[in-house]
Amino acid sequence: MKLTLKIWRQKDAKSTGKFVTYPIDNISPNCSFLEMLDLLNEQLILQGQDPVVFDHDCREGICGMCSLYINGRPHGPDDAVTACQLHMRKFKDGETIIIEPWRAKPFPVIKDLMVDRTAFDKIIQEGGYISVNTGGSAEANSILINKINSELAMDAAACIGCGACVAACKNASAMLFVSAKVSQFALLPQGQVEANERVKKMVKKMDELGFGNCTNTYACEAECPKLISRSNIARLNREFMVAKVLG
Amino acid sequence: MAELNSKIPKGPLSQKWAHYKDHQNLVNPSNKRKLDIIVIGTGLAGASAAASLGEMGFNVKIFCYQDSPRRAHSIAAQGGINAAKNYPNDGDTVYRLFYDTIKGGDYRAREANVYRLAEVSNAIIDQCVAQGVPFAREYSGSLENRSFGGAQVSRTFYARGQTGQQLLLGAYGALSRQIKLGSVKLFNRHEMMDVVIIDGKARGIIARDLITGKLERHFGHTVVIATGGYGNVFYLSTNAMGSNTSAIWQIFKKGAFFANPCFTQIHPTCIPVHGDYQSKLTLMSESLRNDGRIWVPKKKEDAQAHRHGKLKANDIPEEDRDYFLERRYPAYGNLVPRDVASRAAKERCDAGFGVGETGLAVFLDFKESIGRLGKNTIENRYGNLFQMYEKIVDENPYENPMMIYPAVHYTMGGTWVDYELMTTVTGLFVAGEANFSDHGANRLGASALMQGLADGYFVLPYTLQNYLSGEIKVPRMSTDKTEFAEAEKNVQLRLEKLMAVKGTHTVDHFHKELGKIMWEYVGMGRNATGLKKAIELIRKLRAQFWKDVKIPGTLNELNTELEKANRVADFLELGELIAFDALNRNESCGGHCREEYHTEEGECLRNDQDYKYVAAWEYLSEGDFKLHKEPLDYEEIEVKQRVYK
Repeated sequence: MKLTLKIWRQKDAKSTGKFVTYPIDNISPNCSFLEMLDLLNEQLILQGQDPVVFDHDCREGICGMCSLYINGRPHGPDDAVTACQLHMRKFKDGETIIIEPWRAKPFPVIKDLMVDRTAFDKIIQEGGYISVNTGGSAEANSILINKINSELAMDAAACIGCGACVAACKNASAMLFVSAKVSQFALLPQGQVEANERVKKMVKKMDELGFGNCTNTYACEAECPKLISRSNIARLNREFMVAKVLG
Repeated sequence: MAELNSKIPKGPLSQKWAHYKDHQNLVNPSNKRKLDIIVIGTGLAGASAAASLGEMGFNVKIFCYQDSPRRAHSIAAQGGINAAKNYPNDGDTVYRLFYDTIKGGDYRAREANVYRLAEVSNAIIDQCVAQGVPFAREYSGSLENRSFGGAQVSRTFYARGQTGQQLLLGAYGALSRQIKLGSVKLFNRHEMMDVVIIDGKARGIIARDLITGKLERHFGHTVVIATGGYGNVFYLSTNAMGSNTSAIWQIFKKGAFFANPCFTQIHPTCIPVHGDYQSKLTLMSESLRNDGRIWVPKKKEDAQAHRHGKLKANDIPEEDRDYFLERRYPAYGNLVPRDVASRAAKERCDAGFGVGETGLAVFLDFKESIGRLGKNTIENRYGNLFQMYEKIVDENPYENPMMIYPAVHYTMGGTWVDYELMTTVTGLFVAGEANFSDHGANRLGASALMQGLADGYFVLPYTLQNYLSGEIKVPRMSTDKTEFAEAEKNVQLRLEKLMAVKGTHTVDHFHKELGKIMWEYVGMGRNATGLKKAIELIRKLRAQFWKDVKIPGTLNELNTELEKANRVADFLELGELIAFDALNRNESCGGHCREEYHTEEGECLRNDQDYKYVAAWEYLSEGDFKLHKEPLDYEEIEVKQRVYK
């Protein structure tokens, strides 16, 4: 395949970025999108240019590190995959592909396509866990959990924290991310003790960090590589309301 | 260097850990606040250790090269975690889990460590459930189990095909809680460059801030390394792109012995290699062997026709299929341990029965189980794996059998540690995949997660405390000390040396070349001639690397190529040590298969007389290593040939 790449290049957080066009040839349709970028970087380095910086690690769709906005969509044109599992067969020969970083105020660009997503860690630090110390836990089967709720909790827990939901949202809202974690624990008996505090603290932090509000367009759900459902947002709202009412 | 002392507590096997805990030294709460611990790596072992030590009241600094601790490669573990709960009432006990692990490791693991691992396995499940890890459940609400290779009981707990993710997020939650409480300080996008040793004890590290490129000095009363395995020495593996050996290689150079480096695991069920641009291999969980049947055509002409695209798998009639694992190992069938399954697949492909474009693949077929259980059940069990397969290969595995081939997955070898997980350097601990301790020559499925969390939640909190009880009078040291300055200078010089090469080939070029040598001569089948050749080739390649590697950019900035170069430089030395160790070990055991040593039936031929020991290597100088032996004495187990027939 022969392609034209328009890639966002930005030297560092303070510099102004711009699109730079790179032609690339001889790409196999079975190549993954990131492998295609590897090949581009190989070329750039040999030509004495700086390679394009992008985050990636596991390359099997689970670590959540890759974060490319491809042709106007987080993780590109295929559904339910991260950029590392997107393959070039999803593009046409001769196509122009535009590659940008996540665009959201709470995710500042570090360099080129790499952004700072520590805001997500900060939200989790507020209460995205059950406060239990190591040791002294009860026998595992003493907590029985209804299979349906357990499955719903697992659906929510499948979130990989990549930030595609924020990148997709016109308000840069982190509601889908926050709701996934709140839902996981709201659906489990272990999560009940701290439920009210958890949802209030996490939402407060989310607002503080500059994430926008949800206006129900559900672009987040449409672009989520792990198909996290928007019904989690409804559950988050309910949990939040209950917590507020109960003080 | 003193002789190896594994510090195994006295008493009967089942009482050793209890005895240790009863008699270890403790640190009182006001002293804990004065003691600093450095943890490198935020995977299962690192995150769980840091969280637990923070809860106990120590000051912890934790480092990861990724943007967030949640990205560590434990996240990618799919199938499950073992524990001896015996919920299915199929006869499981702590002893049986211990026995299976020792046998699975082909009698090359340390008995006392493995027994402790089995002993704490149940507490891990309790801990994770308390954290809200959404394990699979029965309709009754109780926890569900499934089978894994090398066991005749169902003792594997799982969260769909994302068990590693869910366990890691549990540990990450616990870690995040401590970060919020201030007992743990996180340094993300930081890479450990070297350990600092003062008066014979590990006292800190030199780290590089990957964003600014600046070197930093960090003091700790003790240092824990939990940076995972070194499978990327093969270039193509199931490891993450950033997974590396650098931390354990740097401590090796500072006196921490490296044990059994040649014990590397080739996982039987991975998506086959398809092109030279490929950057990594994707695992298809071992759990698939619960319901999938592995086969190749019985007739060579059918295999050939499939390779040329003239015959589809589904068109090969039942009587012309060779379910070679079921044929060779009727007792365990498709659930034989990984080393056995991998070798059997290689044997069939080498004999000309391989399928797929390259002929380096075998079928993993779900037709029978879909017929028996229905597509829905299979989808519930393995949905995400099937989806992943389809995205990568562009073929529907519900309709056509998957094609799989073995790939480098896990490294049983690693830093030598004693019973307390301390290395041969005082005050330096290594946990998780990075150490050598529990899996011998082959790891059983669902045991890596168990070991990572055992080390972090239930071993280090005791053994580190025991060590630190002797450090309460040591005040925090200034990082202006000569030893810190010296270590930083050496790191700086090495990085400058790398940048100064200004050659003509990229880092990836050298990494790929190394991978080819390793896979060809130090992979699934090894022999003396090949290993000697590998050593020669690696030395040449290493010399070339230092003359010809091209790294763009500068030192004091975000420079991903420099990061890679620094890691590949270490792999280029480690590769040689692996070949050395493989050459030394004149036997076949577990994942280490020497073609010269096998039984008439083609099974591994161990040599217990001469090699029933841990090979712990000491670094003398580049390419020069000294062997120390830790004999393996089995008190509770009769050592015999591993039979899965």
